[in-house]
Amino acid sequence: MATAARIDATDTTALETSEAVVVRFAGDSGDGMQLTGGQFTLSSALAGNDFATFPDFPAEIRAPLGTLFGVSAFQINFGSTEIETAGDAPDVLIAMNPAALKTNVKDLKPGGLIIADSGEFTARNLAKAEYDANPLEDDSLGKWQLIQFNISQLTMDAVKPFGLGNKEALRCKNMWTLGLALWMFDRDRQPIIDWLNEKFAKNPVLANANIAALNAGHAYGETAEIGQPGTVAIPQRHVNAAPVEPGLYRTITGADAVAYGLVAGCQLAGVPMFFGGYPITPASSILHALSRLKEYGVTTFQAEDEIAAIASAIGASYAGQLGVTSSSGPGIALKTEAIGLAVMTELPLVIVNSQRGGPSTGLPTKTEQSDLYQAVYGRNGDTPLPVIAARSPSDVFDCAIEAVRIATQFMTPVILLTDGYIANAAEPWKVPDMSSYQPFPVTFLDHVPEGGFKPYGRDNKLARPWVKPGTPGLRHRIGGIEKQVDTGHINYSPENHQAMTDLRKNKVDGIANHIPDQDVCLGAAGGKLAMVGWGSTYGAVHQAVRRARAKGLDVSHIHIRHIWPMPNNLGELLHSFDQVIVPEMNTGQLKTVLRDQYLVDAKPLNKVSGQPFRIAEIEAAIEGALA
Amino acid sequence: MNDMTPIKTTPKDWETDQEVRWCPGCGDYAILKAVQRTMPDIGGTPENTVFVSGIGCSSRFPYYMETYGFHTIHGRAPAVATGVKLANPDLDVWVISGDGDALSIGGNHTMHLLRRNLDCQFLLFNNEIYGLTKGQYSPTSREGTRSPSTPFGSVDRPATPCAFALGAGARFVARTYDVAKQTVDVLKAAHAHKGASFVEIFQNCIVYNADVFGGFTEKANQNHQLWLENGKPMLFAGGTKGITMDMKSLSLQVVDVVDGNWEAAGVIVHDVTNRAVAHMLVEMPFGAFPMALGVLYDDPRPTFDSAVIAQNEAVAAGKTPDLQKLISTGQTWTVDA
Ligand SMILES: Cc1ncc(C[n+]2csc(CCOP(=O)(O)OP(=O)(O)O)c2C)c(N)n1
Ligand code: SF4
Ligand SMILES: [Mg+2]
Repeated sequence: MATAARIDATDTTALETSEAVVVRFAGDSGDGMQLTGGQFTLSSALAGNDFATFPDFPAEIRAPLGTLFGVSAFQINFGSTEIETAGDAPDVLIAMNPAALKTNVKDLKPGGLIIADSGEFTARNLAKAEYDANPLEDDSLGKWQLIQFNISQLTMDAVKPFGLGNKEALRCKNMWTLGLALWMFDRDRQPIIDWLNEKFAKNPVLANANIAALNAGHAYGETAEIGQPGTVAIPQRHVNAAPVEPGLYRTITGADAVAYGLVAGCQLAGVPMFFGGYPITPASSILHALSRLKEYGVTTFQAEDEIAAIASAIGASYAGQLGVTSSSGPGIALKTEAIGLAVMTELPLVIVNSQRGGPSTGLPTKTEQSDLYQAVYGRNGDTPLPVIAARSPSDVFDCAIEAVRIATQFMTPVILLTDGYIANAAEPWKVPDMSSYQPFPVTFLDHVPEGGFKPYGRDNKLARPWVKPGTPGLRHRIGGIEKQVDTGHINYSPENHQAMTDLRKNKVDGIANHIPDQDVCLGAAGGKLAMVGWGSTYGAVHQAVRRARAKGLDVSHIHIRHIWPMPNNLGELLHSFDQVIVPEMNTGQLKTVLRDQYLVDAKPLNKVSGQPFRIAEIEAAIEGALA
Repeated sequence: MNDMTPIKTTPKDWETDQEVRWCPGCGDYAILKAVQRTMPDIGGTPENTVFVSGIGCSSRFPYYMETYGFHTIHGRAPAVATGVKLANPDLDVWVISGDGDALSIGGNHTMHLLRRNLDCQFLLFNNEIYGLTKGQYSPTSREGTRSPSTPFGSVDRPATPCAFALGAGARFVARTYDVAKQTVDVLKAAHAHKGASFVEIFQNCIVYNADVFGGFTEKANQNHQLWLENGKPMLFAGGTKGITMDMKSLSLQVVDVVDGNWEAAGVIVHDVTNRAVAHMLVEMPFGAFPMALGVLYDDPRPTFDSAVIAQNEAVAAGKTPDLQKLISTGQTWTVDA
């Protein structure tokens, strides 16, 4: 039952308004926190808030109940202004058990609100979370506000009429919690009720039990507000809708966006897609998503290993479809030799790397940007290929299209870098109008051109012709052995190897002439300080620069999508700043490339903890540099 | 030749202008000739034929065939071929591999290609040695093989390629050797089989492993060849010996055949669909038994490529691809102007 909370009675008459709020739901991995978070996200979207989310779940599939490493959390930052990150520190932490409290409370803002399910703070669970004493009963949580009540019991009471077993009844806890959260932020329950009815269409008892739990949680907030005896007053806040462009919006995760973007790219190129994959976290979701899209001309193949996944994709590209493969660091490492083959045979191919913490197996469910060297340099021989990095879940869509465009137009493998954060995070996405994209149709060579057929002849972009086996008159053999200029025959001569090495390099370098110039996404194109980022640090860097600029600091934000080759104007742009800082979730990989390419005194700002940057960390670096 | 009407070809039409770079006397030459002689007989068209190989002396093969060809990387030809065939099932796909390529570095891919039953011909040139890297022992080298990497003799037991293939679930398994006149017929049977057709071809590496197959390939030793034919008794040594099944031990035995009366001797008749006997035939220890050659097993099943295409079509049937609609579904909401 609810106990007294160390919180001042709130004024319940006027609803407080906040610009942005960060809420973290944390519980045991069996508590359904990801689902709760997902539905709360939908509710935020429907309320017109801008938002960003960050799911953080354990690497173990079924971690033992109540343990510290079994905690699963979902954080959402929603607001009436532009939201770029999932937020630094939560304002509200909902902790479903002692382990969830222990692993998450240190991130909570001082003065932030803890809502804890006291029913789970049993001696056994406290011991599993390595608590010597019950933190809800001593002063250890003094710097935060604490509200505790027995959510487990309240849920059991609410679903009693449905006659569920104990375990099933407790499963509804997350909906009770969601109901309370909806009340706290003045949200409509109906969309969630609709969703529950749809989800449990085959089991109306479960649907009704969950709805009852949701309603009970919501009602609890309401009755607590009017001071029912035995309840605890809970603060309620309202977050206004963010001003956004009109149009159709949806929530999108990076995994879905990359799948859709690849399909869109193949439609714009006019080629069917062949996807060869091998399961690996966090890249598997791309294979899952694409395997459902057969009517879009997508063939998916779950290969026996990473090497077969890429090798089959190369085979498909040779046969006239666009081969695509995806993986994460360890799998990309296995694909390396085959990537070299695709470079040598100059076949189009898209390789998606959803980066995760490394080295080796590393931190499979955590995010990192430490595969930049691997993407740009990680092959035997002089083996250049284009590399593109996406900055956010919605940005991956366009990046995937760009990867398909470059692969098919330049006859080259392309690496598209995303990461665990992008793959799993969700954000609102204004659904693009597909008719606004310029098609880039592929032309297969289907006849002997004037002057004869040269398998390694080149167009003005230095791309060789794409010929489908089965085409009369154009039979030829390709392979990984050095090719003779034009004819593609085996050739080991020194002059030819020099010439082919130069051709491969010049072709990839030349792509710089077919990509947009580097823009400055915030601030002036020159000045005291440039914060130069890539990939999923976008949101944190952007907000940090915005805040610093609001304080009058001369700082700009540059975010690089085309990691290789880099935009033609980038060197000049970087040199127009007194200082360049490169924040990245590795030990300084882009920083090193920039220093090498442009002799610019780029300074690193690194974080390799498996967690994204906090805005404040970047802000502090800006202030330090300009102090 | 007119590419548009490839009705009839001759072996010459399948030769490229590339200089063949195998050692003089290498068994690969004979295999190349046999394949080039097979192609007209099976009614192949050069532009619809693709040779995919890995790395090794044997894997140079595609350069010498006037078809489409892909010389890939060591061990990965089966995986590349899988992509080729799935992307265009109309192509006639041939995989060329060596004992090291197919069973060492690429063993995993070989197993899965056979298990899935990809429609292709899989030719494994077995010279029981790593030819291209100058003669190290291979996974098929016999125990005690002395090579640069095993100067005191290899100590590990060799793999039996045909047993591996059967174990992996192959539906067609055949065996021949480089200069055998029957090779063309074996290749024709392999091509006629729809699905993964596994053909082991004993190939003499004259430089690093000369005459390891002499025990049954040399003129004087041809009595040790058992050529299997479906529906025919398992006879060898000019019909004077045969293979029988000992019903007590359920094992094969060699029996003498007197006056051609094989039935009296209990010689069994080859049934290419009998998987259990196929297993026994490939495991017969050479010496006490002859070398079983020809089509050992042939019992087709639906192919992987046809199943993939059928599912793609069935799932897509009746659905209109509408990307705009696809990206507009899920958790959506509209912001009014
Ligand atoms: C990744 C890789 N490792 C090693 C090699 C070196 N290599 C080339 S061919 C070969 C063995 C070839 O033996 P086999 O497959 O039996 O073919 P053969 O030359 O005997 O026809 C090796 C080890 C290579 N090319 N690639
Ligand atoms: S090394 Fe052996 S297998 Fe290779 S070409 Fe020479 S003889 Fe043939
Ligand atoms: Mg060999």
